[in-house]
Formats: sequence, structure tokens, C-alpha cells
Amino acid sequence: MFFSTRLQIKTFAIFYALALTWAPQSHAQSSLVTDISSHLVSVTSDFTGTELLLFGAINIDDDEEGPNRGDVLVVVRGPENDVIVRRKERVAGIWVNTKAIEFARVPSFYALASNRPVQEIAPPDVLKRLRIGPSRLNFRAAESEQEKLPFEEAIVRQKSLANLYSDQETAVYFLGDTLFRTTIAIPTNVPVGDYIAEFYLFKDGELLGAQSSPLFIKKSGLGRQIYDFAYDYPALYGIAAILLALLAGWIASAIFRKD
Amino acid sequence: MTVYLPIAEISVNLFLILGMGGAIGLLSGMFGVGGGFLMTPLLIFVGIPPAVSVATVSNQITAASVSGVLAHWRRGNVDFKMGLVLLIGGIVGSVAGAWIFTILNSVGQLDLMISLSYVIFLGTIGFLMLFESVNALINTRRGTVKRKKLHQHYWIHGLPFKMRFRKSKLYISALMPLGIGALVGILSAIMGVGGGFVMVPAMIYLLGMPTSVVIGTSLFQIIFVTANVTLLHAINTQTVDVMLALLLMSSSVVGAQIGTRFGTKLRGEQLRSLLALLVIIVCLKLAFDLVITPDDLYSIGAGGH
Repeated sequence: MFFSTRLQIKTFAIFYALALTWAPQSHAQSSLVTDISSHLVSVTSDFTGTELLLFGAINIDDDEEGPNRGDVLVVVRGPENDVIVRRKERVAGIWVNTKAIEFARVPSFYALASNRPVQEIAPPDVLKRLRIGPSRLNFRAAESEQEKLPFEEAIVRQKSLANLYSDQETAVYFLGDTLFRTTIAIPTNVPVGDYIAEFYLFKDGELLGAQSSPLFIKKSGLGRQIYDFAYDYPALYGIAAILLALLAGWIASAIFRKD
Repeated sequence: MTVYLPIAEISVNLFLILGMGGAIGLLSGMFGVGGGFLMTPLLIFVGIPPAVSVATVSNQITAASVSGVLAHWRRGNVDFKMGLVLLIGGIVGSVAGAWIFTILNSVGQLDLMISLSYVIFLGTIGFLMLFESVNALINTRRGTVKRKKLHQHYWIHGLPFKMRFRKSKLYISALMPLGIGALVGILSAIMGVGGGFVMVPAMIYLLGMPTSVVIGTSLFQIIFVTANVTLLHAINTQTVDVMLALLLMSSSVVGAQIGTRFGTKLRGEQLRSLLALLVIIVCLKLAFDLVITPDDLYSIGAGGH
């Protein structure tokens, strides 16, 4: 818990450092105010997914008048963990896992929403540096770029299929010139942990401002308690599971006994 | 209506799980088998991770075996001495099996080995049962029932450490039940089965135990072996989902009661040939999945091992 909080603080620090470096001074008056409909999502035993509303207001203090009022990117990142990607090959007729690559700090959840395709909003090097878009997450592994590419693509493909990675190019709507909103779907299988929601304001390919706020996805209720118990006290949990089974078996036998 | 399984970390349809538990319970009541060998593959088919399926079904089998053994105990059909010897082997075997399970899990070959073990065991047992029951059916049609010898001598009877098992009317080497127990313990830990489908034929044909005490004694031993497997998986891999286990326990118990009533109306050979067909179907499905090209050649697992 302590480690993950520190990691989170570090992520925040990197985020602000990056954002400041990229915000040019000429647009000092431009501002970005943002919020999320809820900073805490509880995954209970009857959780069937939910939608988060992310919204805000932009204020570009610009001399030029025109239809281009700036671009907004909204990113929601889940907690990062290490994953192993394995590739199957046919060995003696059956499919067997052969090659494996381990990736460090892969986001368990990644959702991007923007008001138009991100390639039109910012140049490729900026997008790559800010790691915007599932294909630009650049997972770290010991293997060479060429070797790890198909494995990286597999992560993005499978996480997208599981609704854990998404890239919605026209999901940010403007209401008038300043207000914007978007919804991001939180699926049933959402990983729990500390999330971060990032908002970027671009104009003519330049980053004018960035904001981030924390978001917590927690298991709650009975599910959370069972999960914690299983991981914190595995031996006790195992014994409890056995006792439960013995009790259930005895009750069943008592109910259906034919005398 | 969906229910969230905290350890499997997915939401599943409540009625699907209850229906599966009920259906397997029905079959196990009809055929007098534990049903783990059908339940585990079914859970895998509906998307529960194989490791969680194996560990959770072990937990559920403990409950099913308790209710079964109490009924047999009341009728005096449990050979506790034989059960204890089998159990000692079973504990050793399940510890070894759980160790193999953990290693396979960390090198990414667990799912393959679970499927392969199922294909081999279900295939062998399914075809043996099918031949045996079809032969019996043909023989009863013709009216020529072969008489079995009452007692046969194999090399097995020359082994040392002989023990007397009064209830089973046997005087045999303790090494035999120990070995059978250990083998079934390994299977139990890797495949998430009670092992009755291996144990029962082994007790009848290898040990020569009377059929009346076989089921009760195997159930008695299965309680402790599956309890041990549950504990080991909970400690080593945290894969026991009590929520899922509870749903399976409650529905399979009801199914089993209904199944028992059906079972008494069908003839033994017919029952066994039906069960054999079912076992072969599950085996073929698993074998098919191993051979066809998967939708995605890549799979993602947790890192940091």
C-alpha cells in the first residue's frame, strides 16, 4: 500500500514536470478547469460496470477569433503492473506456450477520449512523449524493439477486447466555446486500484495546459473482504473455506436425510 | 442477474453457475460420481481461469463428499482403516501435486497441463467404461453373464508390509493403497477432481475390495485430500473462490438429490454407458481446443515471478 502510494506521487510529479515543460509561456492566461463525476468507484458483488463523466471548462485567451477553439484530450490510466506475454506455437500437433516476454509497469486500464483524432491535434513526437493512445504506451521490456513489438500489440489487442483499453476519437463534446464533457466506460472487469485522470488542452498542436486528478476504484462490500482475507491471511482463508465446505456438506446431509 | 466472483475477479451470470452446479449435481447423483472431472472443464469453458476452477472445485468436492460419506457411514459402508492408509498416500500425493501446480503456473504451462491431463484421463477411462458397459449390455441381451472369480492372485500380493483390512475382507500390502492414494492425490491437486473415477476402479480391480464399501471409503478419503488441496492452493496461489464454491455447493447438492432418484430407475449398464459417452464428449472438446488454432496466439499473465 505504502509503495503504491509513493509510486502514485511519483507519477504525479513526472506528470506535472512534463506538463510544465510543454506549456509555452506565450499562452500564460489560458486555463483549464476540470472535474470527474465521482472520484471513487466501488466494485460491489453486483457491479455491472458504470460510466464516469469527465468535464471541464477551457479558457483560451487568444487574440485571434476563429472556429478553432482548442483541442481537449482526456486520459484515464489504471494502476500499472508487470505482465508476462506468452506466445503459442504448434508443437507435435498441439498449441504450447513457447516464447515469453515480461513487460514492466503495464497500465491495467487505459482510456483515451478526444474531440478529434489525436494525430490531427498534436505532432507524433509530443504524443509519444506524453504516451497518449494505447499504441504509444511503449511498454518496457528487456527484449529488442523488433522482438517485443508483436507482444506489445498483443497486450493492446487483448486489453481492447476486454474493454480495458479504449481510444475514442470523437468522444469529447464541446458545449459552447468553453465547456466540454466526455464519458468513459468503466467495465465490469475493471482492475481495482489508484487511477489517474489526465486532461490536456492543445491549440494548433501546442500543449497549453494540463490537469490531473486521482480516481480510486475499490472493491467494496463482501467481495472486497473476501479478496483481502484470501491475500492477507491465505492459510486462515483456506481453513475457513474447508470449514465452510464441511458445514455445507453436513447441512445438505441433514436436510435430505430420509428417515 | 450477475454476481461478482472476488477471486476469479470476473462477474458471471448467477443462474448460469447455479444451473451448471445443479446439472453436474444431477449427473453425480445419477451416476454416483463426484463430478469434479466434469465441473472443472465446464467452469473453464465459461471463462473462469483454469487455476481458479481447479482450486475452487476441490473446495466444492469436500462439501459434496461430506454429505455423501455421512449417508454411507450410517449404513456402515466405510472401511476407515483402508481410508486412512489411502489418505496418508493422498496427503503426500496432493502436496507433491500442489507443488507441481505452482511451478507449472509460474512457467506458463499450467493451462496446457490441466487440459492434457484431462484429455488423457477422461479419454482412457471413458473408452474403458464404454467398452465394459456395452459388453455387459450385449451379454445380458444374450443371457450369458460370465461369473467372476472370487479371488485372484497377481504380483501385487507378493509385496511386503501386509496389513489386514477387516471391513474389506483383505490381507494385502499397505504399499498398494498408499500408492493409489498418492497417485489420486497428485491428480486431485492438478486437475481439481476428487479422483473417485480413478480410485473406485483401482479399489475394485487392483485391491479387490468389495463393491459395497468402495464408494463410502473413497468418499471418506476424498474429503481430506480435497480439503488439503484447497488449503495448499489457498496458500500457494490464492485461487480458491469461496463465493463460486458456495454457489456450486448449494446448487449441486439439490441436483444430486434429484439425480439419485433418477439413478435408481435406470439400469447399471445403461447408466455407465451414458456416463462413458459424456466423459468422451468432454474429453473430445478439450482435445479439440488443444489442436485447433487459437483465436489469439498470445496470452497475458501476471508477471513478477
